[in-house]
Amino acid sequence: MASTPAAPAVAPSLVDTLFQRSLNDLIKSLRADASAAGEAAAVARALSEIHREIRAPDAATKSVALQKLTYLSSLHFAPVASHPLAFPAIELLASPHLPHKRLAYLAASLSLHPASLSLLPLATHQLHKDLSPSPSPSAGAAHQRHVSALALQLLASPAAAAAPDLPVHLAHDLVPHLARGSPRAIAAAARVIAASPSAAVPVLFKPLAACLASPDPRASTAAAAAFCDLSAPPADATPFLPLAPDLYNLLTTSRSNWALIKVLKVFARLAPLEPRLAARIVDPVCQLLTRSGAMSLTFECIRTVLTALPAHDAAVRLAIGKAKEFIAADDDPNLRYLGLLAVGMLGPAYASTVHDCQDAIAKSLGDADTNIRQEALHLIMGMVNENNVMDIAGMLIGHVAKSDPEFANDILGAVLAACGHNVYEMVVDFDWYVSLLADMARTLHCAQGDEIGRQLVDVGLRVQDTRPELVRSARTLLIDPALLGNHFLFPVLSAAAWVSGEYVDLTKDPVELVEALLQPRTGLLPISVRAVYIHAVFKVITWCFSVYVGRLGDSGMAMDVTFDRSAADQTVSLDSNVALGSGEEQGIGASTVRKDPFSHESILYMIDLIQTTVGPLINCNEVEVQDRAHNLIGFVHLVREIQELNKTKVADGDKPSRLEELVKTMRTVFCQELGPVSVNAQMKVALPDGLILNENLVELAGMVSEDDSTPSTSIFFYPCSRHSVDTRDEPAVSIGSSSLSEHRKRHGLFYLQTGKTEDEPNDYPQANDSLPSSSNNSVNDDKLKTAELVFGRKKSTATKSRPKVVKLDTEDFLSSMMPSANVPKEDPLSGALRDVLLGSDAKALSSQRTSDINLEGMLNKTSSNESSTPRIENLGSHPASHSSRTSKQQNHDKEKGANPAESDGKEQRKHRSSGRSGHRQGKHKHREKSSTQPDTVPQAPVIQDFLL
Amino acid sequence: MIQAVMVISTQAKPRLLKFYNFQPPEKHQDLVRSVFQLLSARPDSVSNFVKVDSIFGPGTKMVYKHLATLYFVFVFDSSENELAMLDLIQVFVETLDKCFKNVCELDIVFNFNKLHTILDEMILGGQVIETSSEQIMKSVEEIERLEKQSSTTSFIPKSITERFTR
Repeated sequence: MASTPAAPAVAPSLVDTLFQRSLNDLIKSLRADASAAGEAAAVARALSEIHREIRAPDAATKSVALQKLTYLSSLHFAPVASHPLAFPAIELLASPHLPHKRLAYLAASLSLHPASLSLLPLATHQLHKDLSPSPSPSAGAAHQRHVSALALQLLASPAAAAAPDLPVHLAHDLVPHLARGSPRAIAAAARVIAASPSAAVPVLFKPLAACLASPDPRASTAAAAAFCDLSAPPADATPFLPLAPDLYNLLTTSRSNWALIKVLKVFARLAPLEPRLAARIVDPVCQLLTRSGAMSLTFECIRTVLTALPAHDAAVRLAIGKAKEFIAADDDPNLRYLGLLAVGMLGPAYASTVHDCQDAIAKSLGDADTNIRQEALHLIMGMVNENNVMDIAGMLIGHVAKSDPEFANDILGAVLAACGHNVYEMVVDFDWYVSLLADMARTLHCAQGDEIGRQLVDVGLRVQDTRPELVRSARTLLIDPALLGNHFLFPVLSAAAWVSGEYVDLTKDPVELVEALLQPRTGLLPISVRAVYIHAVFKVITWCFSVYVGRLGDSGMAMDVTFDRSAADQTVSLDSNVALGSGEEQGIGASTVRKDPFSHESILYMIDLIQTTVGPLINCNEVEVQDRAHNLIGFVHLVREIQELNKTKVADGDKPSRLEELVKTMRTVFCQELGPVSVNAQMKVALPDGLILNENLVELAGMVSEDDSTPSTSIFFYPCSRHSVDTRDEPAVSIGSSSLSEHRKRHGLFYLQTGKTEDEPNDYPQANDSLPSSSNNSVNDDKLKTAELVFGRKKSTATKSRPKVVKLDTEDFLSSMMPSANVPKEDPLSGALRDVLLGSDAKALSSQRTSDINLEGMLNKTSSNESSTPRIENLGSHPASHSSRTSKQQNHDKEKGANPAESDGKEQRKHRSSGRSGHRQGKHKHREKSSTQPDTVPQAPVIQDFLL
Repeated sequence: MIQAVMVISTQAKPRLLKFYNFQPPEKHQDLVRSVFQLLSARPDSVSNFVKVDSIFGPGTKMVYKHLATLYFVFVFDSSENELAMLDLIQVFVETLDKCFKNVCELDIVFNFNKLHTILDEMILGGQVIETSSEQIMKSVEEIERLEKQSSTTSFIPKSITERFTR
């Protein structure tokens, strides 16, 4: 039946009342059209009808309307403004008619909203009346009980409990109910106390506490539950300590599992506050643990013992025994889950006990239930230490293959996180770890490529001893064409390519490496990774040349070397002949080349391979790849050209030296070893007073993006420090010839990421670092010792001596605990710096921590004036400096003739200074902006003196 | 304490919602949806506990039972015992079964008020006040008896009788 559409909208008519739809009618109409739209329409129609009906003067119509509205707002999420619902509800609370009253209470407790609390005072009187024991003569005791139950219900409802006035006015009405031990009143009192302690505690706390000692088990159970709720963690449990005797009495006498569970929970919170308590309760708890047949109570006892009574060995052993029974419950996943949860509550002191159940836990890794698997993984990761990490990680990786993709990656992530924790403190055998990383990358569902790639590079940088194994593992990854199709592995391959290029001198077979890096399927790689691949080829070929040339020099052979098979048709451009030729060469080469990677044939083979595969990429429309390809091809051509030129124009004796010089120079570019850089390096630079960095950087952004941002796009795989590694097209200063390199020898090398503005060509050493760069062992002996001392203490149990792991003090979580031996050494420098940068000794105090200052960051800021120009020029004209941009200028060089290396240098200098001039302009602006701080600017030259 | 009691059909329709901590009404639908997503992703014969910190706040857990076309869900915090909550769901379902004689989803759909009456006899303000299904049954029957007594007085709405007597 439907309401009459002709009914006037304003007031409900008789017809409305007569033909009012009941709740059941409404539900039926809602179910008639199950579609979302149909339901929405039915709800809307019902709402408009209800809004009319609810204004009806008679209670019956109103209560049905209210009932329908409550239903719609509760289960159909009808957007009911609280007001229209709250007011009639409160109106009907006073109804003498019991069903109406009950509907009103239900509506009020379900839908009272803090926004409608202003209406609640209206209800206060009615609640008071319903709670107070003055029954109207007609109603019986049952009626009265029911009415007060309804009132308590509303009082305990969330919105009402939040109303500040209600407890104040009604707390006293609760007391007689509490005295009778009504569980309902006890529960309501707990809510009221929780909602407004200040008003309710003085009135309700004592009667509530009395209920704990009540002979009525229902009352004592409810009271225990109430105190359990009130003492829950965000609250302080201390005020409940005086209840301990009553609770103890309950613990020893109660037969109700519900009460015992609650009492145990309260004791678990009280025991840490009162040392004597644990000894008192441990016996009863153990008795319950052994006797109880109820799993819920047993579990609560286990939890209480493991969390609150860890000092009682016998109890803990008993609890763990029970927990193991839970884990062994094959037919009940709930018990297995809770058992694992319980074992996880054990502190580290009982790690050995956890080991006892290792097998059961490992078995749980294969459980069908994700909860159980996750909990087992969590537990297993909790018991990892440096002695068992190899076994556990091996076992877990074994599980990866059997798990579904999601959990497989959870496992991989957990292993990576655990092993990488605090700079690999758990890992002793890095050769093992490196091969584990490679194995992880090869697992079926591996989606952790980013982290694996990062760690591969990171381990390479930090652990010198493991580099041979790293290069071996990288090789296995690179030569596998199948991996190139998996986009999750791109970061891993990128890292492998970088490692192979960076540590190419450890490679057994560079020819194979070049083949792997240039295999056809590399076309599937994204630009950034491709660029890394090409750059790695560059490094490999440079190294091969240098070995080759060195060998020629050694043997004193006639230097009649040429890399042109047929000098006649060899041109700089890549014509098809060359491509074809090299194609043939590959066929011939393969067998002979393997024997000696540094033979003439091998070199030739590699050059041809490079020209064939990288050559087309110089037309690639991705700048990053194009740039690298140009570099590489340019270098290859240069080598060939030298031969050509030498043959025709230059005296024979000069040939080898030319080539040698070129190759050695190029080799120098890559032979500087890289060290890790603290992520916080930049942050450690104290900001000089008054220097407003933000503004200036914002201004620079436009400038940077035009000119300097290109290189930065290539570095995805190791964001914290790898930047300058791959963009290192700039020349490195030749060793031992400048004060800068002296400085580096002392302080090691640091490369900050060129994130925003710093695109400086030089890699400035950091002022204060505890990093002993591996080439400077003699100089850094004392540092090494301290580092080894630190590690030595930790690793006293390691069977195999752990290789040195480079670790920056900033990465130490307990940096304050680190030996401060390094600090005094740097103090004069940083002290001076501080004075310089801060301009006046008045500021000296403020920078106690400047011993941590990172020079480079400072330089970047302070080099904002012109005086930095001479420094750049100096470096640029350094005889040994070379840029891999060489390739772009190679045609130039040819015209210019005899001295390609030098013209190169010039060209590159031009390039750079043009790039820099834009930069400098930006910094001009910066300076103009920040001209308010004269302190920082004039001092910059002094810093350069320190550095160069 | 118990934070919420939900009965959700396998079609993701809520059949009973009761929150014991205030949750803004406009959030109810989202809560039901996220709980249902969790439930429907879990196969049968796995454990019945789910951590729901992301939905109901830190430290909260959910225990559920999947019976026929309905999920019975209790959400609770650290003051409740997991297995006891599982028992409580059993008590609730048993009571429904006794009240409706072989309860099915339709009973629950069409007995909005009675469902709340039963639940309110068992839980008040998030505290368990009664765990015996017989006791709950008795109380519910008592309430029905009282209400019948009260409603025999007038079958016809007062407004109508007024109109006719005028």
